[in-house]
Amino acid sequence: MFPLSSTTDTPTEAPRDTVREAALAQVLEALGANVVDSLLKPNDDIWIRVTAESWRATAETLKSLGFTYFGFLSAIDWLPSPFGKGEEDPSAPAVERDSTIKQGYTGGDTRFQVFARLVQPFTTLGINIKVDVDDAVMAVDSWSGIFAGANWHEREAHEMFGIGFNGHPDLRNMYLPTDFEGHPMRKDFPLLARIVKPWPGIVDVEPLPGDDSEEGEAS
Amino acid sequence: MTMLGDRQQLAYIAAQAADARVNVELETEGMTLNIGPQHPATHGTLRIIARLDGEQVVWAEPSAGYMHRGYEKLTEVRTFPQVTALVNRIDWLGSFANEVPFILAAEKLMGVEAPSRAQHIRTILFELSRIANVSLFLGDLGVQLGAVTPVFFAFRDREYVLNLIEAATGGRFHPNFDRIGGLKDDLPAGFIEETRVVMKKLRTFCDQIEDLLFGNEIFQSRTRGIGVIPKDVALQYGLSGANLRASGVDWDLRRDQDIPMAWNKTEFKVITHPDGDSFARCWVRLQEVRESTKIVDQLLDTMPAGPVMAKVPKIIKVPEGEAWVSTENPLGEMGYYVVSQGDQGPFRVKIRSASFNNISIVPWLLKGVYVPDIITILASLYFILGDIDR
Repeated sequence: MFPLSSTTDTPTEAPRDTVREAALAQVLEALGANVVDSLLKPNDDIWIRVTAESWRATAETLKSLGFTYFGFLSAIDWLPSPFGKGEEDPSAPAVERDSTIKQGYTGGDTRFQVFARLVQPFTTLGINIKVDVDDAVMAVDSWSGIFAGANWHEREAHEMFGIGFNGHPDLRNMYLPTDFEGHPMRKDFPLLARIVKPWPGIVDVEPLPGDDSEEGEAS
Repeated sequence: MTMLGDRQQLAYIAAQAADARVNVELETEGMTLNIGPQHPATHGTLRIIARLDGEQVVWAEPSAGYMHRGYEKLTEVRTFPQVTALVNRIDWLGSFANEVPFILAAEKLMGVEAPSRAQHIRTILFELSRIANVSLFLGDLGVQLGAVTPVFFAFRDREYVLNLIEAATGGRFHPNFDRIGGLKDDLPAGFIEETRVVMKKLRTFCDQIEDLLFGNEIFQSRTRGIGVIPKDVALQYGLSGANLRASGVDWDLRRDQDIPMAWNKTEFKVITHPDGDSFARCWVRLQEVRESTKIVDQLLDTMPAGPVMAKVPKIIKVPEGEAWVSTENPLGEMGYYVVSQGDQGPFRVKIRSASFNNISIVPWLLKGVYVPDIITILASLYFILGDIDR
C-alpha cells in the first residue's frame, strides 16, 4: 500500500505474509487440480477460483481444513450495465456502451460468478472462493448441506441473479413476490426509478442560470 | 469448553426427547400461527409462520422481505461517497457503525489510511452507536417479556448518547459522517468532557438494568435454558456478535482483526458465556455495553492531535480491485465485499449483514419450543429488520 496521506507512516516495503502463504499452500495442495487460479494479497486476503464440478467438494475440503465459519455466499454479474449509472435523460436516444466483460481477481470465463467467503474461526484468516457459472446451465451445486447458513444466501442469490443451486432443499423467493419476473441484481435489469424520472443528482453539475463559466469548471 | 458444549447438547437433546414423549401421549391437532408482520417483538416487519402442535412449534419459518430496499442494486448507480448515506439505513439503531466497514473497504482499495485522530474519533463514534443500539435492546427486552419499566430507563439514557452523536455529526440517527480518508469534521468543543459524564451515566444504567431485569426471577426463568445454540451450529450458520459469544466462542473482530481503527490501542474484555441460551445472549450484550463505555473512556484519554482528513482527491476514483472488510458491529459481523472497476462508483457491493445470518438459524432454533418462548428467543437473537432485508 502506498498511502496518499502524509500523516500516517507505513513501511514502504510490504511485509511478507507467512500465515496466508502457508494457508494458501495448504489449500492448493488439498484441492489439487480443482483450483483454476489463485491470488494472495499480503496482509489482505486470499482468492481462489475453482472448477464448477468441484464447487461442492471444495466446500467440504475447506471445511476439513478448518474453514468452518460461513461468511457469506453471493453472485456477481460481470456484464457492464447497459444503463450506465442511469444518469442520462431517459427520453434521449440510448448511449452506445462498451459491453466487454472484465472479470476481477482470479479471472473468469463466464458472465456470472458465484463467490463465497469462509473463515477459520478465532482468526481473521479468510478465503474468498469463486466459481464460474456456465450460461447454458446457470446452476452450481448447493452448499446448504455442508454449511447450514448457505441455505438463505443461496435463496437470495437465486432470486436476485437467477442462478440455480442443485440440491438446495427450498429455493423459494425471499424478498420478491412469487410471480415476479426477472432477476433484479442482473446488470441488464433496469433500475426503474432511474428510467421513469431523471436522477436529481445531475442538477449538481449543471451550470447555474446566468452563469457564463465554461462547462466542467464547477467543482 | 468442548466438554461443556457436549453437555449442553446432551441436555438439549434430552429436553427435546422429553417433549416428544409428551407429544405422543397427548396428541393434538396442528394449527398454523402467524406472528407479524406487525408485532412488537420484531423491530420492524418480520413475519414468522409457525406450525404448532398444541403449545409446541413443529415447524417455523421467518418470512422476510417486507422492507427490502435493494441497497446492493442502488450502490451500483451511486458514487463511493454517496453510498454511506444508503448504508446508514441498514442497521438504523447503530448507523455510524454501518458506514465504517464500507469506507474502510474503499480506503483499502485506494491505499489511503485515515489519520490517527480520525481513526480515534471513528472508533469512539462506533462504540457510541453500539451503546445506543444495545441499550435500547436491553430496555426493549424487558417489554417483550412483560416488564415495562426498563424501556423507560433505556429511552432516557439512550437519549444522552444520541445527543453526543448529534453534537459530533449533526444527525441523531443517520450521521453520514464518515468520509474516504477521514471524517467530515473534527469533534465539537466540550465533547470530551460531556462524553465522560455520559459514560458514567451509562454505567449506572447498566447496573440498574442488571438489578432490575437480570436479577429478576421471572426474567431468569423465562430465559435460562431457552433457545440453546451449541457452538458448532452457531459457526455453521455464520452467527456473529453477541449471539456467537454467548455460545462460548471467544471471537471478537475488534480484538482479533488488524484494521486501521483504534481498538488495538485500548484494553477491553471480550465477554463470553458458556450457556448459549437466551439469558446468555442478553447478558453478553449487557456486559458489552459496559466494556464499550470503558473503551470510549480510554480513547478519550489518548486522543491524538492532528488532522481528521487525509489528502484525497476531490473526485474520488477507486482503483480496480476487490476488497472485503468486516467489523464487529452492534449486531455482529458486518462486512462489505466491494468490487471496483476503476470507476467513481462501485461495480458490485455485497453487503454481509449480521442479522441475515443470525436470523437464518430461526427455523432450526424454534423447532420444539413453546409458543411464549418464540418471543423470548426472537428478542434474545436481536435483529433489526433493515439489517435482514437491506
